[in-house]
Amino acid sequence: MDIRNYLKNNLLYLDGGMGTLLQAKGLKAGELPERWNLTHPEIITEIHKNYYDAGSNVVSTNTFGANILKFDEAELEEIIRCAVVNAKRARNESKSNQPKWIALDIGPTGKMLAPYGELQFESAVEVFKRTVELGVKYGVDLVIIETISDAYETKAALLATKEVTSLPVLVSNAYGENGTLMTGASPKSMVALIEGMGADALGVNCSFGPSILAPICREYLKYASIPVLLKPNAGLPKVINGDTKYDISANQFALECKALVEEGVRVVGGCCGTTPSYIEELTTLTSGLKAKDIVPKNHTLISSYAKAVEIGNNQVTLIGERINPTGKKLLREALKNGDYDYVLKEGVQQEERGAHVLDVNVGIPEIDEKEVLTRVVKELQAVIPLPLQIDTSNPIAMESALRVYNGKALVNSVNGKEESMSAVFPLVKKYGGVVVALTLDENGIPQTAEERVKIAYKIIERAKEYGIDKKDIIVDPLALTISADKSAGVETLKAIEMLTAKGIKTSLGVSNVSFGLPMRDYVNSTFFALAMEKGLSAGIINPNSVEMLKAYYTFSALRGRDENFDKYISFVQNLSNVATTVVAPQKGVNEALDGGTPLMHAIIKGLKESASEEVDRLLKERTPLEIINGEIIPALDIVGNAYERGGVYLPGLLLSADTSKVAFEKIKSVVPQGGADKGIFVIATVKGDIHDIGKNIVKLLLENYGFKVIDLGKDVPPESIVKAVKEHHAPLCGLSALMTTTVPSMEETIKQLRKEAPWCKIVVGGAVMTKEYASKIGADRYCKDAMETVRYAEEITK
Amino acid sequence: MAVSLVKSFLEPPIDVLEILRYAGQKEKTSELDGIITECLEEAKPYLTYKVCYAYLPCEVNGVEVMLGEKKLSSISLSKNLAGCEQAVIFSSTIGIGIDRLIEKYKAIAPLKSLIMHAIGVERIESLANSFCAYIKKELALEGKKIRPRFSAGYGDFKVENQKLFFEYLESTKLLGLTLNDSYLMSPSKSVTAIVGIYDCEGKEQAQGCKACVLKDCEYRR
Repeated sequence: MDIRNYLKNNLLYLDGGMGTLLQAKGLKAGELPERWNLTHPEIITEIHKNYYDAGSNVVSTNTFGANILKFDEAELEEIIRCAVVNAKRARNESKSNQPKWIALDIGPTGKMLAPYGELQFESAVEVFKRTVELGVKYGVDLVIIETISDAYETKAALLATKEVTSLPVLVSNAYGENGTLMTGASPKSMVALIEGMGADALGVNCSFGPSILAPICREYLKYASIPVLLKPNAGLPKVINGDTKYDISANQFALECKALVEEGVRVVGGCCGTTPSYIEELTTLTSGLKAKDIVPKNHTLISSYAKAVEIGNNQVTLIGERINPTGKKLLREALKNGDYDYVLKEGVQQEERGAHVLDVNVGIPEIDEKEVLTRVVKELQAVIPLPLQIDTSNPIAMESALRVYNGKALVNSVNGKEESMSAVFPLVKKYGGVVVALTLDENGIPQTAEERVKIAYKIIERAKEYGIDKKDIIVDPLALTISADKSAGVETLKAIEMLTAKGIKTSLGVSNVSFGLPMRDYVNSTFFALAMEKGLSAGIINPNSVEMLKAYYTFSALRGRDENFDKYISFVQNLSNVATTVVAPQKGVNEALDGGTPLMHAIIKGLKESASEEVDRLLKERTPLEIINGEIIPALDIVGNAYERGGVYLPGLLLSADTSKVAFEKIKSVVPQGGADKGIFVIATVKGDIHDIGKNIVKLLLENYGFKVIDLGKDVPPESIVKAVKEHHAPLCGLSALMTTTVPSMEETIKQLRKEAPWCKIVVGGAVMTKEYASKIGADRYCKDAMETVRYAEEITK
Repeated sequence: MAVSLVKSFLEPPIDVLEILRYAGQKEKTSELDGIITECLEEAKPYLTYKVCYAYLPCEVNGVEVMLGEKKLSSISLSKNLAGCEQAVIFSSTIGIGIDRLIEKYKAIAPLKSLIMHAIGVERIESLANSFCAYIKKELALEGKKIRPRFSAGYGDFKVENQKLFFEYLESTKLLGLTLNDSYLMSPSKSVTAIVGIYDCEGKEQAQGCKACVLKDCEYRR
């Protein structure tokens, strides 16, 4: 029988714990349980058979950790082959008469994905693919991805499975007691991600007993339109009389599960600590229950690594438009130069100003859009918990960005042209996403609201053919310029009203409407308010514009959407707040202040705003170089000397460095070529090492002193460092390593550099480094801190 | 192999002086209070305080230590565990949230990045201490005491032994903790250690910096 069909009308019973049973049978610490498929096939087969006998429809192969990171190719294949053989034998031997299937069990890789670990997303996909290929080859009926506690790794596993096979796939995650995955994802965001990618069922397993998982389960039931799975532990392990045991009995377990089955859980089994008797109790107790119907939900969800944003549902979603190079000279420059810090700053600032989603557009002709868009997405999602709107008309760049995106993205955009739909819809179907549909087609943008709505219908119908639901489409009826056509605003508003009446969600790039007019914010904000009143679900706006935020917060308050006016009040308070400034510890530098200029004073004391104002003032009378060499560097020297003597400590040094960076940026924004250039310094944390706070401080200081720093990041292979040094013909290279275990890769890097780039001086640092150690591995110099590195760099490049 | 136990703790008391010390601020100052408060406020919602652990039999023979099923060789560890017949091994983490904050501010506000890092170190150390205090209290009921916690990388007990905590404990499954090929953990603010258990008649040992051989350490008190 086809399991997908069976699932339509029936409860599906999974099996229970495997690991805990193997431990009881003598599995040793550090021994890999997957090897028991080969060494103890009779034990594995018996456990599977006992589960079938207890009423399980599905048993999972003993392959939780069977992947190419833990086993070599030949052993992996043998393990998976035997695992499937064991399960098949159990199925043949079991006399119970329920329908029976075998699932390939896939657990986490055990490695953290980049950037917080070393496993690249694409490598993770490859690891999972290899396991799935073997499972399929040996004849499993479905795949279960389970116990992964990271959204990104879950995506990698699901994507891999989908790329290998069309077999059904169930996805289950392990939650912490705060109700999120270990890396932060909420149940709602996991529903968005997993359902968006087309899994057959989704849910939660491990960690706790059924009643503690109940709230998470209910979130799944609330948002999911596909079957929900529950596979809890037999409670928590406790030490009783020297023995460690789980604290929920089979009967209690079954009762608690039954309650959740009555609420709508469709797929149920047990995890750690559960045994065949738990499953038997469960199947017996729920045998008379009729499976509750699964009702399709109408939530338009997008997600990030951490949270879901629901579009519509009586809220207006603010999409920050600042990461878009159109008309932004500094962003253009940053994208061209690979200055991702600048992009990140734009992102963080919009988050702080209240954006719910960030639009990401890097469309400039001078760059490789695919590469840059993908990189920007990675950089932003590493630290910003807001979902992203991938904004590009290039399907290759779109696919690459959607692939690495950690969540379910907003996709901007598709339109009514056949060419656009046939390029974009397959991507949305494969990777998941909510897609913005522009109401234009081969004949351009229709004049009237009615005709635009017609195109919207056409797009929605066409999407359905690809299996994309209406809830995953937001229509942008296009704001045109009123100065070109005075009825443009009215038609757009009318279209929003018509679409809203049909239950279709809408989005609008608001700012176009005012093109050509003075004080555009005034026009935009009123238009925005009018559109919200007509039912607009999302606006692409500039969160730095007070006028736009005013319209948004006052509208929400007036429309009764702001409980106790909390949001409005906090918006007003933030408006009047003067930025708090931290004062640097100034011991040891006070004496120098007397003779200093106001800019020096600002840098020494860490006053960013005064530094910026001072530079503005000075630029009117002096050249950038005069300001840098006459004031900024001397001020830094005062702080640096005090740091070296022990009068100023690291926080004070950093604050001054950061303040002078503000001064440099000010100079650069006025005179782009105004910086000093003392030479190129390639810097990296070596392969295997994922800690880089020290390296980042060195980078900051070097930049302050006028060096161009090529920062290769952390976990950098020797070859990449050599390549960068050669490419830039860098006179200096800095390497950092935290632990003894990563020093060998530092040594290897030095060896390769000596051979390939003999001109380059190598300076090393890090927690385990010493002067002796440095010379032993062939470095030119050991520097104990950032200041010493600066001094050395100045000496070399003099 | 034993089943791993798991325990969550409430937020341990915050020690601002320790945060300052880990940030490299060697003298007491109130001037960083504002930024520390700001960072703590931002970080708190992302911090979790989780430990997973197991009790193992242990036996010391000269420099060799039999811990559960594994034979380990280390002078420092054997000294630490001398006279112990049992030990607790644990892994603990405050989660990946703090790593994201360190990363977020590295380019846009380096001082905040440093403070976040220092907060992370202070928090994970406090968690490890809270756990040991909890174990100490539990064992006192049985008339037993504990030795100072001992981690891979202490003395001659090699960093490579970090893998023990992944073999004996379900650290990845229960805490989301991972170990890379260089034996670095992620989330980065995580601590693993062995805690020796002895009967009350045994003698107490020096703790903390006093017990450490690294005399010229930056952070030595």
